[in-house]
Amino acid sequence: MKKSINIRGGRVIDPASARDEVSDVYVADGLFTSSPVEGAVEVDARGLVVCPGLIDLHVHLREPGQGAKETIETGTKAAAAGGFTSVVAMPNTQPVADHPGIIAWMQERAAAVGVVNVFTTGAITVGSQGEQLAPIGAMAAAGIVAVTDDGRCVQNHELMRRAAEYCGMFGLPVMDHCQDASLAGADALMHEGYWSTMLGLPGWPRMAEEIIVARDALLAEATGTRFHCQHLSAAGSVRILREARARGIPLSGEVCPHHLALTDEALRDYDTNFKMNPPLREQTDIEALLGGIADGTIDILATDHAPHAPYEKEVEFSAAPFGILGLETAVGLFCELLLHHYRAIELPALIAMLTANPARLLGLDRGTLAIGRPGDVTLLDPAREWQVDKNAFASKSRNTPFHGRVLRGQAVRTVVGGDTVWAVDS
Amino acid sequence: MNWTRKDLHALSVLSAEEINLVLDTAAEFKGVGQRRLKKFPSLRGKTLVNLFVEASTRTRTSFELAAVRLSADVVNISASASSLSKGESLKDTAKTLEALAADLIVLRHSAAGSAQFLAERLRAGVINAGDGSHEHPTQGLLDVFTIRERLGRVAGVKVGIVGDIRFSRVARSNLEALTKLGAEVILIGPSTLVPREFARSGARITHRLDDVLGELDVINLLRIQHERQRAGYFPGTGEYASFFGLNAARARRLKPGALVMHPGPINRGVELDGSVADGPQSVILDQVTNGLAVRMAVLYLCGSVPPPEDS
Repeated sequence: MKKSINIRGGRVIDPASARDEVSDVYVADGLFTSSPVEGAVEVDARGLVVCPGLIDLHVHLREPGQGAKETIETGTKAAAAGGFTSVVAMPNTQPVADHPGIIAWMQERAAAVGVVNVFTTGAITVGSQGEQLAPIGAMAAAGIVAVTDDGRCVQNHELMRRAAEYCGMFGLPVMDHCQDASLAGADALMHEGYWSTMLGLPGWPRMAEEIIVARDALLAEATGTRFHCQHLSAAGSVRILREARARGIPLSGEVCPHHLALTDEALRDYDTNFKMNPPLREQTDIEALLGGIADGTIDILATDHAPHAPYEKEVEFSAAPFGILGLETAVGLFCELLLHHYRAIELPALIAMLTANPARLLGLDRGTLAIGRPGDVTLLDPAREWQVDKNAFASKSRNTPFHGRVLRGQAVRTVVGGDTVWAVDS
Repeated sequence: MNWTRKDLHALSVLSAEEINLVLDTAAEFKGVGQRRLKKFPSLRGKTLVNLFVEASTRTRTSFELAAVRLSADVVNISASASSLSKGESLKDTAKTLEALAADLIVLRHSAAGSAQFLAERLRAGVINAGDGSHEHPTQGLLDVFTIRERLGRVAGVKVGIVGDIRFSRVARSNLEALTKLGAEVILIGPSTLVPREFARSGARITHRLDDVLGELDVINLLRIQHERQRAGYFPGTGEYASFFGLNAARARRLKPGALVMHPGPINRGVELDGSVADGPQSVILDQVTNGLAVRMAVLYLCGSVPPPEDS
């Protein structure tokens, strides 16, 4: 029977309902149900963790317009292979998703070829140029779950204030790529520090992120609109976020695996697979991010999955685009780093940061195993050892700095609406 | 010791022994060369391409003369005359040159790391003639060669490098070579142009030239570029000169035997007064002459290493 599955005997962790017990999970006709389904696919989950389907709210699917890097088809296959049942597509496509027509095209394309759920975001400003508001209301009607100019950052504070006020009318959160363009402009290539100095590469200082996180805290407080700071990298950003949240300001932040796994020293040989924006920083920043994750200041994990074709990355450092793949290594890296290596949090907290918390931010009807909700499930083996092999990726691109790395923790089955869309060794 | 590198993309990866080998080899070339422009057969039948994607006259000419003295065939390519201006990637341009049997490629490029990028992808040897703000290895070597020749040693010598350290590839290559050979390096300049991070690589940092002037054995003045002023790193060349320019009054406070160096081209009256540049302590023209011997040594050493086996 399609869209139906009985998953038996696993450790069921559903942070949305504070559930953590050995039990069964059933999906009938695409929705969670309370009793076993006759004729459904049977899965023996003994020894595995059964949790709500993982949500990645920061993914570049690259369609329309950049199919050499990734397509909605390959990007969602990569998501499934990484254990994600829902992805939130960033709008920096070609053309920029700043119009309901493009949003509708992406949704139709995702419905036709996507193997996991795709949620769309719209640009804050026309062409993400930071000059004029995009038709946010029309895009809200078309189904976007947030606005963002990701890849760029609205520099005009007045415009950002009006965008926030306007989004409040539709209940849309503002997601921000926090980068002050005067402190870290178009020529900024890596974290400003010892290594940028020795390598002769223009620096991207922490303060360029922190100053915008502070700006967003002030705007969120003044407008009441929820702000979400994307891919936080700097220690000071965590401190500002912590203080703002303590005062009840509707501000949240996300962290990506690479900002926990690597430091700026990785760039010493100018390998463009370590070039990302915001850049890899220092161990003190990693410690601050871990502290923010441990105390709940940062409550969302994301990948910033940013595929680029080999010919784009295999160029002199300054000419290479920013970004690396994330979907197929994220679960392994988060488990390895947060559970095993740094022991920053326990597994239920890790799952919450990939399910209930992003769902709550974006108002998604997912991220929980509650009866009647869409039957998205991820089966995890948090201790399973595996080696990253970029040549086995479902993504169209290969730009990962983690090729060959041995990780502990992997998604072993991905279930979307009761259908298994990916399973390890399948 | 044996030289095993087909490339020279940075001094940061060389050992002190390797640096000394280049200097010793250069000294031999210089000694023989003084017997009237002698040509050596070392690179006969080999082709060297000067791929200068960023403009340069003195460095390109120096490499060309060095290659000719070693009997290599030389082709000069500039950015405007190359396919790079048609949007061809650096890698494709270099691969094409290699397919045309270039044995050595001398690269000047505005992107830091570009020489290493090519070195890792080509069978041909790649010599860095300046990659952005990263390194200019042969300049660093010729500066150290000049110091060693004039003062008889490098270890223990106190070298002040003055100016736009932040953006200077000359400063980085000098710092690498000098610290590896045991010299003491003082970086001097406006706080906006001398990043604190250099202290971690063993240099002393000061923003007061007058405080250290009397202790220096060598003062190396870097060219101040006007675009830094526009970007807000300092208010003007007049103010810069008043704090950091080596004028006649400051030059009188130098030790009697101290050397005055400059990689050229000089902004006379800004970082260096004309009278000092042309004065008795100046070794600026020695640097140019020594550059030829040092580049011959680098081309000879790298050009004698067989290309890697195909994998």
